[in-house]
Order: sequence, then C-alpha cells, then structure tokens
Amino acid sequence: MSHNNQRREMIDGAAAIARGALDAGCNFYAGYPITPASEILTHMLRELPKVGGIGLQGEDEISSLGHCIGAATAGATVFTATSGPGLSLYSENIGLAIMMEVPLVIAISQRLGPSTGAATASAQGDIQFMRWCTSGGYPVIVLSPTNIPESYHLTNRAFKLAKRFRSPVFIATDKETVMTTESVAESEMLNAPNWPAILDEPVDKPLDPYQKNGTIHHYTGSSHTEEGHITKDPEIIAEFNERLKNKIGDQVDEIALVKTDLQEGADTLIISYGVSARSMETAVNQLRDQGEKVSALTVYSLWPVPEMKILGCLKGIKRVIIPEMNHGQYRHEIERLANENVDLIGVNRVDTFLITPEEIIEAYYG
Amino acid sequence: MVEPILDTYIAEENLPYEFCPGCSHGKVLGALSNSLKQQGLDPSEVVIVTDIGCVGLSDKYFVTHAFHGLHGRAITYASGIKMQNPELTVIVLIGDGGCGIGGYHLLNAARLNTDITVLVFNNFNFGMTGGQHSVTTPLDSITATTTLGSTDAPMDIAGTAKVNGGGFVARATAFDKDLPDMITKAMHHDGFALIDIWELCTAYYVVRNDFGRKEMMGYMDSMNMESGILQETERPSFQTSYKGIQEQASKQKPMSGLVLDTNFSSDIEKPVRIVLAGAAGQKVVSAGNLLASAATLSGLWTSRRADFPITIQTGFSVAEIVISPEPVLYSGIIKPDVAALIAPEGKAKIARLTKTMEESDTIYFADGLGDVDSPANQLPLEFPESAKKEVHKNISALTAGYLTKQLNLFPFEALQEAVRQIQKPKIAEINLGILAHFE
Repeated sequence: MSHNNQRREMIDGAAAIARGALDAGCNFYAGYPITPASEILTHMLRELPKVGGIGLQGEDEISSLGHCIGAATAGATVFTATSGPGLSLYSENIGLAIMMEVPLVIAISQRLGPSTGAATASAQGDIQFMRWCTSGGYPVIVLSPTNIPESYHLTNRAFKLAKRFRSPVFIATDKETVMTTESVAESEMLNAPNWPAILDEPVDKPLDPYQKNGTIHHYTGSSHTEEGHITKDPEIIAEFNERLKNKIGDQVDEIALVKTDLQEGADTLIISYGVSARSMETAVNQLRDQGEKVSALTVYSLWPVPEMKILGCLKGIKRVIIPEMNHGQYRHEIERLANENVDLIGVNRVDTFLITPEEIIEAYYG
Repeated sequence: MVEPILDTYIAEENLPYEFCPGCSHGKVLGALSNSLKQQGLDPSEVVIVTDIGCVGLSDKYFVTHAFHGLHGRAITYASGIKMQNPELTVIVLIGDGGCGIGGYHLLNAARLNTDITVLVFNNFNFGMTGGQHSVTTPLDSITATTTLGSTDAPMDIAGTAKVNGGGFVARATAFDKDLPDMITKAMHHDGFALIDIWELCTAYYVVRNDFGRKEMMGYMDSMNMESGILQETERPSFQTSYKGIQEQASKQKPMSGLVLDTNFSSDIEKPVRIVLAGAAGQKVVSAGNLLASAATLSGLWTSRRADFPITIQTGFSVAEIVISPEPVLYSGIIKPDVAALIAPEGKAKIARLTKTMEESDTIYFADGLGDVDSPANQLPLEFPESAKKEVHKNISALTAGYLTKQLNLFPFEALQEAVRQIQKPKIAEINLGILAHFE
C-alpha cells in the first residue's frame, strides 16, 4: 500500500473539530478553558467573528452552556467543548436542552479522572457519564472519532444529528486525539467517508426560534404541551416524556454508525472505539499477519448503542475483547447483548498510557 | 410618547395570578406590562426570561415570547438570546434566590454588558420552597432555616451590579407609583440594566418577621440602601463592542491547515519512535515539528506529541515523534527506538522511558547527560566542530539536524525544506544557518 505522492496535512484533533463545526454552519460558541479542550475554544473564538458568528468565554461552564441554549432558542447553530470536570457543570443545562429540544453539539475531550485526576492524560472514562449525565436518564447521541479526519467528519455529522433530533449530541474524544499533531492525507479531510446520510427534516415538530414578527413561543424546562405551555396533566406529561425517549430510541438504526472488519471463520471479535480502536487495528493487522483469524468492530455511535450492528457482529463469536481506557464502561453494554456463553475480556488502562497493540495481542493469546 | 399597540401585555385569560394574597409579584408584573405599553413594543420582539421560584410562574401571564429555564441561570440564557438576535428586547425576571445561586452570573452579566434588563423580585426569602433564608435575608431574621435568627450579612444586589460595571442600576419597591417609568428607563439603557425591586412575601417573611411596607422602608434607610437610580453610565454594549471585533476579524484569513507536498522519499520499512527530551526554552517541540514535517515531506506518516509543565519557560519539554511508512495508528511511545537528551530536566522526565529501551536502541546525549540507567546504546551528540558555537542558539535544531544525518530516515534536504515551509522567515533563516554546519 503506497500513500506516497499525496498531499498531507499536519493537524491536530482540536483544529479538525473546530473546522468541522465551522463547516457545519456553527455560528455560536461559548465555553470555558480546560485542558485538553481549550484549543477548541481558542480556535472557535478566533474564527467565529471572522465569519460574522459569535464566540465567547463564559465565566464558568454553567453560563457557557446557558449562553448556548439561549442563543439556540434565538436560532443560532451552537457548539461547545469541555472535558470531564466541565461536563459535571454542564449537567443541569444538558437536561434543559433535552427538555427544550434545542440542537446542541458538545465535544468532550476526555482526560484521566476522577476529579482533577492526572492532568492531563488521555482517558475514555466519561463514556457512561455522557449518556447518563443529567436527571431523568433521557437518551442523548454520542459519536466517537478514532482519528483526525473522523474528528472533522463526525463533528460535521453531529450538527446534522443535533438538528434532526433536536437534542444534545456529544463528540466523545480525548486528549490524545485532540492534542497530538499528525500527518493525514488531505483527501481524507476533504472527502467525507461513505456514511449513510442523515435526513434534513427534524423529527417531530420543532419550535421556531424567537423572532420579531414571528409566532409567539414559550420555551420551558418544565413539562409542557406541544406549544410550550407548562402543564401538570399526567397524560400530556407521559406522552411528552415517551416521545423524548422514543425520538432517539426508535431511530437507533438511522443513528447507528460502525466500522466492521469481519474475518470469515473468526471466533474472536475485538470491539473498541475512539483512540483505543487504533491500537485495536494495529493488533488485528499483526494477528492476521501471524495467521490468526480475528474480527474487529469500531463503534462510532456509542449512544444509543447500535445493538443490531453489534448483534450482527457477534454471530458465531465465542470471545469478545474490549480495549478501552477505563474500567470497562462499554463492556457493560456488550455484556447485556452477548450470549452468556461468550467470553468477555476487557483490556483496560487508567495509568495515563494509551492501550498498546501488544496488550490486545496478549489478551488474544490469553 | 410612543403610540401604544396593546392595552396590556398580560395574558388575561390566565388571570387571576396564582400568587399568594398580598404578594407583591403581581404589582411588578403589572408595572412591566405598563412599561411595555409605554414603549409600544410588539409582543413578538419581547422575550421574558424567568428564573425559578415564585417569580418563575410569571411567563404564562405575558403575551410575549417566554423562556423558563433553570434556577439562577436566567441571566445566562437572556444574554445568549440577545447576543444571537439583537432585534429582540430581553427582560429577566429573577428572585433574590436566583441572585444568590446565580450571583456569579449576575455580576458577570454586568461586566459582559449584554443589552438586557434584569428585574429582581427581592422579597428576602425563598417563597416557593417554604420561606428559607436567601442572600438578601436581613440580619437576625426568622426564616424556615434560621429559626433563631439569620447570622449572614445580607447581599446588596444593586450594589453588586453597580461595582461590577452595570450601566444602569436602580433600587425600587413594588409599591413605587413610577415603577413602570423606571422599568422603561432601564430598558432604554443600551447595555446591562438592573432594578432591585423590594417586595413583601406575605406567606412567609412578612408573618415571621412582622415586616410590612413601613418596616421595609425603615430597613432600607437603616442599611443606607437608598432607592432610585444608583448608576447610569454609558459604555458600549456587548453587541456594539462585538460588532467592532467582527469587523476587524472579517479582514483576517480563515484558519487553514499546514498542507505539505510529499516531494522527497524514504525507504524505511517500519515505524521509528523518537523522543526529544530537553528543557523549556530550548525549542524542543519546534524541533519535533521539524522532524515530523521533514518525514511527512518524504512521504512518511507521523504523529507528534508534546509534553511540558503547565507553567511556561520552566522545567522539562519533551517531544515524542512517531515516523512510519504506514499511517500511524498507535501514537504512544512506551519504548523509544531513539532518545535524544539535551537537558537534565528532560533526561529526568523520560528516565522511565529510557530505562525500557533495549540494546538495539540508541540514546544520544548532550554534554554531561550521559551515563543513563538503560541497556540502550549510548552515544554523545557530536555536532560538527563549526556548529559548537551555535549550541546555545538552538540545540534542538542542531539535534534535529544531527539525528537526520545519523538515522538516515529521510533526506537532509527534507529537513531544510521543512524549516522553509513551516517556520517564520526570520526563524527559518537562523535555523537554515544552523543546519548548514552539517553540509
């Protein structure tokens, strides 16, 4: 395989995510500095005024997300980024965004916790936190790129999903991807992967943004009628809450995005996501070079869990290896899908280092 | 006088108010409606943003747009709405409770100076949750949570807005006849405006503390918190200032990537993992970029990580570069193939890594940094004699040149081309001079 004679871009994940957002039409960003997400903030605050957009640093994460939600109700295409400690402070406003059904894209550049943790080492410890970060347990969408071109294209896709589902959409990335400069093929940045399209029209009926001479709107974080009026009617509340759950829950197949690399006759499947999927790919290449039969699944859409896709890959599989930089957060999701006879093996690291391909190979030979 | 377009902005079908008998909230809502009438505003150009608490019940009583969000955060939503659509008139209705939990938003909104008007419904305690103490509860007051008297100094909401840059700040009471005019003045102010409106909570505070209208006015006097306009100063609102920023920024080029043509070639067959370990100020990361860019120019694939303390110009500086004939997947370095030690700080920082190196790996070290606890082959960085005087100028660039010559991963010309393409002309000139010693 020769990659020579191609133009290469030297770029890090922060720039790729910022460009992905700008190219998706983002015109409002508010955020608060935190390593390893600060570079996204600085890119957005520098770039947005150039194109007539607004970028500002809030006094904290709470106000930053508050500004974003307010701007979204006035018609802005909004974006913000933080890391785990900032996500803690975003929590209540994420609930508000779910309740008000405003499109909202949030990049989470994960670092090793808990709390301030090992500032600043890479991690994937917020995978369950993103899903369950706010009261009520309503679904959100989480996409996880494994490299820089995917960071660009998945950010772009996140905006389409946010608009269609009128919901918070997370980009689950990490310090390694955001802050490492890599050479990537220019063509991979320019040409979107062959992913299924996201439909343009919003699911259900969205509220229009506030507008002079427009229809009068009430946006509220309280249970409300379709028109945005607060209600205490149990039937309307139940119907509304069911709809919030189902608008994402019923569309898993449309949201589902994975990369499968299945090998005929393999009885071991390796499942990974984000930066750990890169070590998986190296391990799979090496194992196959050694004559082993092994399949691999990269999950891009972590939430809602692409269950049908995962179940499809589990056919005939006796053993699943799941490398992730936490104590086994996504393994829980695989566990509930896999047949009880399937052996589940986690490859986990929380010591500031990336998972190495060798560790995955070791787990394979067990 | 503007021609009124509506008699009232109250959604009369939702009346009567569900506030407790004697509560002042209805009076303030009426005053706001009268102010909107005075201004002849179209209901569709007004957004009323309500906080949580009894005041949060207010949005349904208006025929305008409304936003009902989370406790203490109303001001942040209002700023967002106004920033995105300056055509809208944005008013925040918030209680003393909201000014407590959202105090930091309050003072920062005054600093930010978005053109919003904040009406504080200040009734000295939490009404909705049963009369607990708030940030404005007067000293010694009895509340559900200060049954033996409050011991906290009360917060001066108007004063807080005033000292933090609030352009229009006033204190008033719900009983003021001129409250609609005061609200109109606040709304006409181009920038952040706040009226701290004192009220009676008849359900809790009034009955527990024998605090009627007379006592409230007496308290106002005793605290030297006079009513009326406390501050009225002009400074450009956020919208005006930011428009200036947008105008300046629009002349700048949008961000673009560093794109390199792969004009050189290399015949390496497997990845090489290199660590440059030095000290802050030695331009270590910059040298790492040069090596990565030179490799990229030679058709190779690279990743470059940088590690340094959060403080600058002090401590270690480390660059980790992976150079590979295939795209780099795993970008970590557990065991370098090559390490270059150019400062004691860097040597100490990567001691763990150098220890893992094997006999087939190489450690290059600057003067005095040899004798590494590692089985790796250890060689001094032997710069050309003529270059020795340049060591203090840029030891990292010299090291990049030296490694390029020693390792033979890509042509030396690629390194020189990298200097030309990625560095600023003045710095490139210096570094090309340094690299010339290797020719």
